[in-house]
Amino acid sequence: MNPLASIGSTFLGFLGAVGHLAMFAGTAVGHCVRPPVYPRLIGRQLLEIGYYSLPVVGMTTLFSGMVLALQSYTGFARFSAESAVATVVVLSMTRELAPVLAGLMVAGRVGAAMAAEIGTMRVTEQIDALTTLSTNPFKYLIAPRLIAGTISLPILVLIGDIIGVFGGYVVGVYKLDFNAGNYIQSTVQYLERMDVISGLVKAGVFGFIVSLMGCYHGYRSRGGAQGVGAATTNAVVTASIMILIANYVITELFFAR
Amino acid sequence: MTDQPKIRIRDLRKSFGRKVVLDGLDLDIGVAESVVVIGGSGTGKSVLLKCILGLMEPDSGIIEIDGRNVVGLPRAERETCMRKFGMLFQGGALFDSLPVWENVAFGLIQAQRMDKSRAREIAVAKLAQVGLGEDVSLLSPSELSGGMQKRVALARAIAAEPEIIFFDEPTTGLDPIMADVINDLIIKCVQELGASALSITHDMASARKIAHRVAMLYQGRIIWAGPISGIDNSGNPYVDQFIHGRAEGPIQMAVRRD
Repeated sequence: MNPLASIGSTFLGFLGAVGHLAMFAGTAVGHCVRPPVYPRLIGRQLLEIGYYSLPVVGMTTLFSGMVLALQSYTGFARFSAESAVATVVVLSMTRELAPVLAGLMVAGRVGAAMAAEIGTMRVTEQIDALTTLSTNPFKYLIAPRLIAGTISLPILVLIGDIIGVFGGYVVGVYKLDFNAGNYIQSTVQYLERMDVISGLVKAGVFGFIVSLMGCYHGYRSRGGAQGVGAATTNAVVTASIMILIANYVITELFFAR
Repeated sequence: MTDQPKIRIRDLRKSFGRKVVLDGLDLDIGVAESVVVIGGSGTGKSVLLKCILGLMEPDSGIIEIDGRNVVGLPRAERETCMRKFGMLFQGGALFDSLPVWENVAFGLIQAQRMDKSRAREIAVAKLAQVGLGEDVSLLSPSELSGGMQKRVALARAIAAEPEIIFFDEPTTGLDPIMADVINDLIIKCVQELGASALSITHDMASARKIAHRVAMLYQGRIIWAGPISGIDNSGNPYVDQFIHGRAEGPIQMAVRRD
């Protein structure tokens, strides 16, 4: 077979997938902003995506903050800059670690569940049944998930910021013998509003990505149990990669001068 | 039958890639008439239903509902049209996140914005109509047997009192007795509503029972249509082979789907 042909068809397939995804996202966002909305369904998804992800995000950020304090201390001690530990912890948590780690954890927990649920509804004709009952599946299934994902991840990340800084504080004060007052003071001293805001904007985008990929792959799944399995895997993998790419792009937009 | 059929299909075509599924299909369904489309697996029966329901867009052709062509209508108008339809899916397609009564009342609550307690009363009444007690209404669909799920799905299909009801292999996967119970319920519900019905099946016992008229789908076209009483002397070798379930004959079974 002609190797150029296979490269070409792969590339065309990729472009096709990007086009499908863009159209899917456009339709879905259109349904998010137009009535009717389903407050009860959004509430249920907020609970599912936000509240039930709290333990996972809390544990992840707590230990990240702790290990960050420990690692940066060993590094900074080599040139007597131990006092920078608190600043490093708070800046890395708010700007990078809390949004990215929370995004990836939620992608694994929620994105997979969404793809599996919507995928199963697709292969058992429940999505067709929605349409025959005069209910638009985009409005009923997808819009509530996108809205809830975009709202709940920033809230999770804000909580994660606080827990992460607390983790750094615990290690700093109880293990590395920092003075508690000094540690808190240097945490707040160099922190700017933009550091936190950029992290929350990232979180909103990541939440949207996780819900979008979960819904997209679930909605398009075909062919029974195997199709749903593939949809689940694809949802997690594509969401994770898109989160990392979007993370770079947003950082560039916020801080590149 | 009045002059204008409820559904009038002319020259309907649909292909998936190179595979032609519907190849110029013509079919009429009269007011309050029950038409059964028979045909082997993979002959395009489900595609036909999905095209009429608007779940799939046909490549070309005309589907008139009450004299109005619905092919190519904008989505919003198509959705209004959909309110005339009720559909019983092959696997039931009940929403497993909702209890039985909310499944039955779904169209009333979501599409008609009916008040919940009233929708619930109607749901219980519809469940009673298909022989299910009020105690069932609080169960989740996964707690029900296959036959019970079919009954709930039937109650859901008739809940909004549609003018046209579609049945996708209503008796597949049920034991003969339960299949007959479902057939009786279909006849009863369709009669009570005065609705038109289009069923697709390959269960001849079911077709003989619920059909006024039978149409045989083969290679994307209706190759024979007539009253159910005439099916045994149709004079059509394809129909004969199908209704007697013979492996030998003009119909060669395709093994693969595509």
